[in-house]
Amino acid sequence: MKRWWQRSALAENELFVSSLSSVLAIVIGLLFGFLLMVVVSPSESIQGFRIILTGGFNDGLLSVGSMIVFATPLIFTGLSVAFAYRTGLFNIGASGQLMMGALAATAVGVPQWWRYEGELRIAMDNPFLQLGSWHWVAALLAALLAGALWGLIPGVLKAYFNVNEVVATIMLNYIAMFVNSLVITRYLFNSLIGRAFSVVPTALFPRMGMENIFTDGLRSSQANVSFFIAIFFVIVIYFVLNYTVFGYELKAVGFNRDAARYAGMNAKRNLMLSMMISGGLAGMGGASLYLFAGRNLDPVLQILPQGFDGIAIALLGLGSPIGVFFAGMFFSSLKVGGQFLQLLSFRIEIIDIIISVVIYLAALSLILNRLVLYVLKREKQ
Amino acid sequence: METIIEMRGIRKAFPGVVANDNINLVVAPGEIHAILGENGAGKSTLMSILFGLYKADRGEIFLRGEPVSIDNPNDATRLGIGMVHQHFKLVHNFTVTENIVLGQEDRANGLIQLEEAKQKIIALSDQYGLKVNPDSLIEDISVGMQQRVEILKMLYRDADILIFDEPTAVLTPQEVQELINVMRELSNEGKTIILITHKLHEIKSIADRVTVLRKGAQVAVLDVATSSIADMAEAMVGRPVVFDLQKAESTPGDVVLSVRGLSVYSPVYKKNVVNDMTFDVRRGEILCIAGVEGNGQTQLIEAIAGLTESQGEVWLLGENISDDSIRERNLKGISHIPEDRHKHGLVLDFKLSNNLILQNYFEPPMQRRMMLNFSNINEFSASLIERFDVRSGKGIHTNTRSMSGGNQQKAIIAREVIRDTDLLIAVQPTRGLDVGAIEYIHQQLIAQRDQGKAVLMVSLELDEVLSVSDRILVMFEGNHMGEFDAATVSDSELGVAMAGGNR
Ligand SMILES: Nc1ncnc2c1ncn2[C@@H]1O[C@H](COP(=O)(O)OP(=O)(O)OP(=O)(O)O)[C@@H](O)[C@H]1O
Ligand SMILES: [Mg+2]
Repeated sequence: MKRWWQRSALAENELFVSSLSSVLAIVIGLLFGFLLMVVVSPSESIQGFRIILTGGFNDGLLSVGSMIVFATPLIFTGLSVAFAYRTGLFNIGASGQLMMGALAATAVGVPQWWRYEGELRIAMDNPFLQLGSWHWVAALLAALLAGALWGLIPGVLKAYFNVNEVVATIMLNYIAMFVNSLVITRYLFNSLIGRAFSVVPTALFPRMGMENIFTDGLRSSQANVSFFIAIFFVIVIYFVLNYTVFGYELKAVGFNRDAARYAGMNAKRNLMLSMMISGGLAGMGGASLYLFAGRNLDPVLQILPQGFDGIAIALLGLGSPIGVFFAGMFFSSLKVGGQFLQLLSFRIEIIDIIISVVIYLAALSLILNRLVLYVLKREKQ
Repeated sequence: METIIEMRGIRKAFPGVVANDNINLVVAPGEIHAILGENGAGKSTLMSILFGLYKADRGEIFLRGEPVSIDNPNDATRLGIGMVHQHFKLVHNFTVTENIVLGQEDRANGLIQLEEAKQKIIALSDQYGLKVNPDSLIEDISVGMQQRVEILKMLYRDADILIFDEPTAVLTPQEVQELINVMRELSNEGKTIILITHKLHEIKSIADRVTVLRKGAQVAVLDVATSSIADMAEAMVGRPVVFDLQKAESTPGDVVLSVRGLSVYSPVYKKNVVNDMTFDVRRGEILCIAGVEGNGQTQLIEAIAGLTESQGEVWLLGENISDDSIRERNLKGISHIPEDRHKHGLVLDFKLSNNLILQNYFEPPMQRRMMLNFSNINEFSASLIERFDVRSGKGIHTNTRSMSGGNQQKAIIAREVIRDTDLLIAVQPTRGLDVGAIEYIHQQLIAQRDQGKAVLMVSLELDEVLSVSDRILVMFEGNHMGEFDAATVSDSELGVAMAGGNR
C-alpha cells in the first residue's frame, strides 16, 4: 500500500526532491539553533527563536532594507559560483574576484589618486569624476571587468595548461588580497581614516527613493539599485543557461569536455568565457559591497568572506539562479535577525552556528536527498 | 530440481517504463544460465536487483531455498554473489591488488596488509588462468585485463554465484575465447554463472539454459542444447530474424575521402601508432578497417575526424581538410559514430533530446537568433527516436544516463545517420546491440551506401566485417597491411594479415 505522496508524480520530480532536501537542511539547522538557545537560556529561547525566524522583518522596513543591502553581494557571488558549477567548474575564487571588483570600483569612484615622482607623493584628480551622473555605471563596469579578468586567469591556466581551477582560484584569492592592500596603501590611501578614500556621491549606487521606503522615520537603510541589478543578472543567467545556444554549449563542455569537442565545440574558449562570466558576477558583488555611503576599502590583509558564502549559497540554491536568489535572501535574513538577538542575552554567534549547520547539511544534501527519496518511495509492507 | 537462485514474481518500474514485470528466474547450482533480451528488455535491471543495487517493487528472492532480502551490494557479497558490470567499476589510479581488496582489507595495527592479499590473488589467478599483474595500475592495463581484475574481485570475496553483464562486448575475439575457457573452468569448480550477452553463438557454446526477456516480460526459458540460434533469436525479438544480410553489388563512384600518408605519433609509446596510411573511400562503397584491437584504428579515425593531431593529409570531396577544425570537418560532410559512446558520443547528464541535437543545435531550425527553439528540437528528437526505435522511459525527456546501453548506442546512430553527409564513419557501430538492432543498423549502413554515401567502418568482429563491407583494409601496428575484396577474401588470408604476416 502506498501513501498518497508516494503515488503522486512528485516523488519522480527531481527538482521537487532536491528542493525538499534544501528545505530540510534549513529546518534542521534552525531547530539546532533553537536547541542551542534552550540550553543557553531556556526562558528566552522561544522569543529568540521568533527573532531568528522573523529575520529581516524584525524592525519593519528598515531592517528589510538592511536585508536587501546585505543580500546583494551574496546573490552576486552565489550566482558566480552556481554559474561556474553548472558549466563544470568549481570557482573557489569568488572572494578574490569580488575583492578585485571592489578595488576597481573604488578606484573609479574616489575623488583623487596618488601618483609618485621619485619619493614625492602628489595628488591627482580622478579623471572619472567628469562622468557626472554616469559615474556609478563606470564604477560598476570597472568592477565587472576586474572580476572577469581575475576569473580569466584560472580559465586560461585550465584551458591551456590543464591547471586545476580549484588550486588556481584559491591562490588567486591570496594574490587579490595582497594586490588590494598594495594598491590601497599606495594609490588610494586616506591617512586620516587609515583606509581608502571615500567614494564620491556620483559614484554611489543611486538609491532611487528607497531611502523613503526602507526607513523607520529617523534612520533609513542603504538599499540601492544594486539589488535590482543583482535580480536582473539572476534572470539573465537563468535565461542564458536554459534557453540559449551559448548556454547549451557551456553546459555540454561542463558535463563532458570530450563529447563537446567531438561535436565541434571550442571547449577551451567556452571554458575561459565561463570563468570570465563567473568572475565578472563576483566582481559586481564587490561593487555592491562598497559603492554606498560609509563604506571604505580597508588595506588589512584579509580575504573577504562573501565569496565563500557564495559557495554555500550556490549549494543551498541547488546551482540554479532562482535558487541562489532565495538562498541569498535567506542567509541575509538570518544575519540581520541575528543582530536583534543581542537584545536578549544571546550572542550573535548563534547565527553563525545555525548558518554553519545549514551549510554542512546542504553539502551533505546527497544524503538528505536519499532520505527524502526513501520516505517518498518506501512501501509499507 | 535443486535450485541455488530463485527470483519469484519480480517487478521493477522506473518512471515511464516497467523494466521487469513478473519475472521468475530459476537457476540450478553449477549451471551457466544465460539471459537474453533486446536492448532495454530489463536484463541489467534484473541483475541489479539480485545484486542489491535496486530494490524490487514486488517479488521475492530465494537463495539455496531460503528467502533472503538483498538491500545493498554488501548483502549480496555476504551471500556469495558477485557481479561484473556492463561498465567496469575500478579505481583507475589504484593497483590491481588494491582494487581487488578494496572494502575487504586485512588490517593489522591499523595498517593495510597487502602482501598476503597479493599471494591469494596470485594463487587465484593461477588456478583459473586469469593472467594479471597484481602491481600494475588499472589505468595502464588493457580492457581485457581490467575485466579479469573484476572477476578476481568476485573470487577474492569467495563468491559462488557470478553475474557477468555483457562481458564480451568490450573484448577482442581472442579474449572472448579466453573468457569462455575461464567460465568453463569456474563452472567445473561448482560456481554458478549468470551470463548476459547479445551474442547467440556464445550462449550456444557455453550456456546450459537461457531465460529470454522481451520488453520487461519473461517470454521463454529454453534448453540451449535443444534450441537453435534461430529459435533463441525469434523468442527474443518476437519474429524470425534474418541473419543473411541482403545486399546488392556495390558500384563505387567518385572518391569522397582520401587519406594520404597519415601518421599519428604517440608520446606514450614513443612511436607512430598510425604509420603512413594511404587509402580512399568512394561513393557507394563500405570500406572496413579490420584488425586486432589496439593496432591504430582508434587513432586513425580520430585523426580523420580532427580529434587528434596528425601528420599527412586528409582530403574530403577534393578539398584538403587537414588543417580544419572538428566543426569545419563535420560541416563539410563527416558524420562520426564514435568508438567510445560515453566519452565522445554522449553527454550523459543531458536529457535525450539534448543529445540528439549535439551535431545541429547551432543551426536553424534548432536555433533561432541564437536561442534554442524547443518546439522544433522536440519535434526533431521525437521523429528520430520513433524512426530508429530508441526505447527509454520518458522518451525525449529521459535522462540519457538512465538509458540501457544499447539504446544509448541507437541514439548516437540516429543522430549521425540522419545528418545525411557524404562520409559516414562508424566505429564499432553495433557494440552492445541486440541481434534485431544489429540487423537494422547493418541495413542502415547499406542503405547509406546505396544512396551514394561513402561509409568508413571499423569493426573488430570478423563476421560483421565480412558481411557488411565491400572492401577490407587490414591494419597491424599502425601499418596498412593490404586491401581485400570482401566477396572473395578468405578468413585465413585476413587472419594472416591481421597478425602482421605477408605484407
Ligand atoms: N536508473 C534508471 N532510471 C530510469 N530508467 C531506467 C534506469 N535503469 C534502467 N532504466 C530503464 O529500464 C529499462 C531496462 O533497462 P536495462 O538497463 O535493464 O536494459 P538491458 O536489458 O540491460 O539493455 P541493454 O542490452 O541495452 O544493456 C530501459 O528502458 C531503461 O531505460
Ligand atoms: Mg544492460
